[in-house]
Amino acid sequence: MVYLTRKCEFSASHYYHNPEFSVEENQRIFGKCANLNGHGHNYTLEVTVKGDVDPKTGFVVDLKKLKEILNREVLDALDHRHLNKEVPEFQQQIPTTENLAIAIWNRLQGKLHVAKLHRVRVYELPDLFVDFYGEA
Amino acid sequence: MKVHLTRRYLFSASHRLHCDGLSESGNQATYGKCNNPHGHGHNYALEVTVSGQVNPQTGMVCNLVDLDGAVQREVLDRFDHVNLNARQEFVATVPTTENLSEVIFNILKQTFTAAHLEKVRLEETMMNSFEYAGRAELRV
Repeated sequence: MVYLTRKCEFSASHYYHNPEFSVEENQRIFGKCANLNGHGHNYTLEVTVKGDVDPKTGFVVDLKKLKEILNREVLDALDHRHLNKEVPEFQQQIPTTENLAIAIWNRLQGKLHVAKLHRVRVYELPDLFVDFYGEA
Repeated sequence: MKVHLTRRYLFSASHRLHCDGLSESGNQATYGKCNNPHGHGHNYALEVTVSGQVNPQTGMVCNLVDLDGAVQREVLDRFDHVNLNARQEFVATVPTTENLSEVIFNILKQTFTAAHLEKVRLEETMMNSFEYAGRAELRV
């Protein structure tokens, strides 16, 4: 079994707000992320797939196909978007990095016929990242 | 949905690797320049990984303010800008980064309960790092 990771970047804006919370609660829990004017990040996404090395090609996965799927399913939907306003998953959910990692996993799972998805890692900042392994 | 979250912190400390149970030449052979009598320092980078279910109301595994507060209070205030050999945690053990990883993991395990502590990863230099996850297996 070999693990292969593809890295890409996207930029998006968001804010954290739960309409069930009071203004004070939103402010206390989410701090400066609760500012309704939003703010942005340069996100780094790492997608790790796993599989056996094909003895004929020497590949775990056709990187060109993986890149096409990443571009189509993830980057086209998220890059230079406002996550709260433009991405369907975040109509009902707060676009935290946790929820973003799960949403990206769900977008890729099922579409990624060329390899088995192992991990989605999303960096919001160089010192903060989230891993999702598809675990319940 | 179980999610892993990692936060990175920096601190600077000095140490000297020296084992009282070894002879002078034994210490020199084992630890090399890390055994120099007056010690030396590093800028350590600490990565703390926690996991848990995403709270449906907040969208968070845990509030970063709580994690930052615990790491600041329990780890950074304790080890930043100190000589590790002079700390009571290293009275009986050598302050290698292996041992420091284990000490930090155990401190956080006891003091941070807002999410499950998965592992700590400690970079001593850009060229080496150490990971400790208690008795659990490391995730890739």
